[in-house]
Amino acid sequence: MMLIQCPWCGKRDENEFVCGGTTHIARPPSAVTDAVWGAYLFFRENPKGVHLERWRHTWGCGQWFNAARHTVTHEILAVYRMSDPVPDLSAGGAAS
Amino acid sequence: MTRQRFSALSLFLRGLSRHRSWQIQWRKPTPKPAYDAVIVGGGGHGLGAAYYLAAEHGMTNIAVLEKSWIGGGNTGRNTTIIRSNYLFDESAALYDHSVKLWEDLAQVLNYNVMFSPRGVMMLAHTVHDMQSAQRHIHANRCNGVDNEWLTPEQAKEFCPALNIGSNIRYPVLGAALQRRGGTARHDAVAWGYARAADALGVDIIENCEVTGMIRDPSGAIAGLETSRGEIRTRKVGVSAAGNTSVVMRLAGVDLPLESYPLQALVSEPIKPVFPCVVMSNTVHAYISQSDKGELVIGAGTDAYTSYTQRGALHINNHTLDAICELFPMFRRMRMLRNWGGIVDVTPDRSPIIAKTPVPGLYVNCGWGTGGFKATPGSAHVFAWTIARDEPHPINAAFNIERFREGRLIGEAAAAAVAH
Ligand SMILES: [Zn+2]
Repeated sequence: MMLIQCPWCGKRDENEFVCGGTTHIARPPSAVTDAVWGAYLFFRENPKGVHLERWRHTWGCGQWFNAARHTVTHEILAVYRMSDPVPDLSAGGAAS
Repeated sequence: MTRQRFSALSLFLRGLSRHRSWQIQWRKPTPKPAYDAVIVGGGGHGLGAAYYLAAEHGMTNIAVLEKSWIGGGNTGRNTTIIRSNYLFDESAALYDHSVKLWEDLAQVLNYNVMFSPRGVMMLAHTVHDMQSAQRHIHANRCNGVDNEWLTPEQAKEFCPALNIGSNIRYPVLGAALQRRGGTARHDAVAWGYARAADALGVDIIENCEVTGMIRDPSGAIAGLETSRGEIRTRKVGVSAAGNTSVVMRLAGVDLPLESYPLQALVSEPIKPVFPCVVMSNTVHAYISQSDKGELVIGAGTDAYTSYTQRGALHINNHTLDAICELFPMFRRMRMLRNWGGIVDVTPDRSPIIAKTPVPGLYVNCGWGTGGFKATPGSAHVFAWTIARDEPHPINAAFNIERFREGRLIGEAAAAAVAH
């Protein structure tokens, strides 16, 4: 069970959250090739390492936010708002 | 080396010499500099593919590379359920191909894989469940796959431990039963394929992790870099389950996969009380009893991607709540141990068994939460695909292009694990 830092509510139990999968996926314009559209819909990086993902504090404040989580240690290296840029993760953490 | 045959007589005779005359079951070879083909991943699917490459396609100068020990991944970390009651024609053909291979696998491999077609019963708790189950039953019967509808009373007759009372949160409204489904001994599948492949000359190399893929100037596969040195080969078949994305990225191939932990747990061993396999998608529980006497219980996946071979405790808790309600007799059972396996899940919950954009590189992945049942069939058609450089008719639809062309094979309902 993880403790997850909601940017608005602070540290809360994993049970209160829903994970929304990979974040920062930009929707391509509608006139693109099948390959580009397929990549947008279905192909994910699935990293063994730091994963940038969306979370929602569903059973709390209801807000969406982004998190940088390591998929081997489950360490959450950063929590940031939906419209924020990707934070610099080079300092500290177990990033690989 | 002449292989010993396993039989009741050989067991008896070697028992007289206190079982000290058994051979090792497979060699521990050092990697050769080159092979005709290399399988990456020593689980059931990979070892099986190596066996069929050698046995059916005459390719005996081949190797299986396993980063850890064989059968130590999802092959040894599942709930051993076998069934083929999937909805679509393509899936029914693939999974039923596998069930048919299970039926005489022990004889073919001369290894007791303990296949036990004791029946798999999938419960319906809502009107939607009933409609979905009956749709699956009709679709299955059109495809020659046995599946039948049971009333709650018939379900209880088939599985006396089942609580069909109206006093539970989601009462049992009926069930779909596939009698040809059942279980097998998971480790024996890996060991049986390993022993049979080794006997045909296949090198099974454990503790050998692939760290890079070597390409020739045309871009085709020319070999592998591994933790035990470079290995040249023109054909590589990747069968690496939850680590497939990582391995395939070494060749620059992206796949529509996400890796999640899927958990299971077993109880203390008890006398035989549970004659079949019961699954419930809606309350999320599945359960059978091993020949050793343990209840084998399957839980769900965590809600986020992970490469750790463990999951969160509340996932197991949720499943045990459901088990206790459906089978009140198990309420005071103690659980002995739990574990997680990393499963690679595709968007349509169907596997990929296919050629890739890289010539000489093949992939068998995306089995998600239900790969064990498919082990023989998957291995069989993957070997065909590697040997002939073209898919077998059974796996032709399970390609990567379907995620660009929109030809998905949506089996989320049949996959039975809530994602
Ligand atoms: Zn919050």
